[in-house]
Amino acid sequence: MEEQESGIIKKFIYVNRKAPHGTIYAHEALEVVLIAAAFEQDVALAFIDDGVYQLKKGQNTDGIATKNFSKTFGALDMYDVEKLYVEKESLEARGLSEEDLSVDVEILPASDLKNLFNESEVFFNF
Amino acid sequence: MKFGVLINEGPYQHQASDSAYKFIEAAIAEGHEIYRVFFYHDGVNNGTRLATPPQDDRHIPNRWTELAEKHNLDLVLCVAAAQRRGMVDQGEMERNKKDANNIADKFRISGLGQLIEAGIQADRMITFGD
Amino acid sequence: MLHTINKSPFEKDSLTTCLRYAQKGASILFIEDAVYACTKGTQFEKDIHDHQGDIKFYVLGPDLEARGLDNSNLTTNIEIVDYKGFVKLVADNEKTQNWL
Repeated sequence: MEEQESGIIKKFIYVNRKAPHGTIYAHEALEVVLIAAAFEQDVALAFIDDGVYQLKKGQNTDGIATKNFSKTFGALDMYDVEKLYVEKESLEARGLSEEDLSVDVEILPASDLKNLFNESEVFFNF
Repeated sequence: MKFGVLINEGPYQHQASDSAYKFIEAAIAEGHEIYRVFFYHDGVNNGTRLATPPQDDRHIPNRWTELAEKHNLDLVLCVAAAQRRGMVDQGEMERNKKDANNIADKFRISGLGQLIEAGIQADRMITFGD
Repeated sequence: MLHTINKSPFEKDSLTTCLRYAQKGASILFIEDAVYACTKGTQFEKDIHDHQGDIKFYVLGPDLEARGLDNSNLTTNIEIVDYKGFVKLVADNEKTQNWL
């Protein structure tokens, strides 16, 4: 695995706004997060709009042949990726609540998530 | 200023690749440095040398190669995304025992770490995608 | 901070979401199919006007022209920039959020 030795630590934010499975964006975004973990940067994930569907619990892709990458979210803490934020407005607009999600997240309204945007330095959108 | 550019869509299918090209051209003209252009998702298809677009259309892969030759750009295809989509260079061909390679000049295949590194090293990071 | 949007607001709600996050002093640039977001007479005109006190709105001229539109089709206070202006916006803002 490639290691970063620049000594620079930046605040990365991954903004996830797409639903899983219909397209590969969410899946390949998660691959970026896993690789990024090796670089010892400050990492946060924000799930906004349809991105909240990525965290819906009980996903089973046996019938559609795609990879069930949703299980990987549960392993993120082993990679020291612990800052997962879900936008409250997006969750509520989709009739979902915290109990519907597969992992521990912090649910914040956009007015609070804004602060995370303010602090972040590098934005990746998938 | 150092710019990092991420391109997430394939050529011809989506405007992202054209927008990125125009942006990079303008950035260079303004005296900025392009630290790296990283191709992810279907964006890796920008790097095929086997494309044959109609003569009255732009040749997107060739255009990248020419821009890279002129300005010494670092064009990187993500290896994981490239393997999925059959984008192969000499090394990948040998490693995965394929009977051909298809990568255009001036492109190289490397890991996602190259994208993270661009995020760390570049002053500005911009993404063109869907 | 610069925000870019590249989707028609009739296709995806990127503009609505972006407006939840764009703060005072932010710039929003419409590129590709998002240029339709700042035309006159749409349901999104009011959203844009409601934020124009705090946020500056830009549209990429070449994308506008490609779609048969010009200044006369735009709602008020939208600045048209070329690619050089796009580069300047990215350089002038410390960070860019591309709402894909």
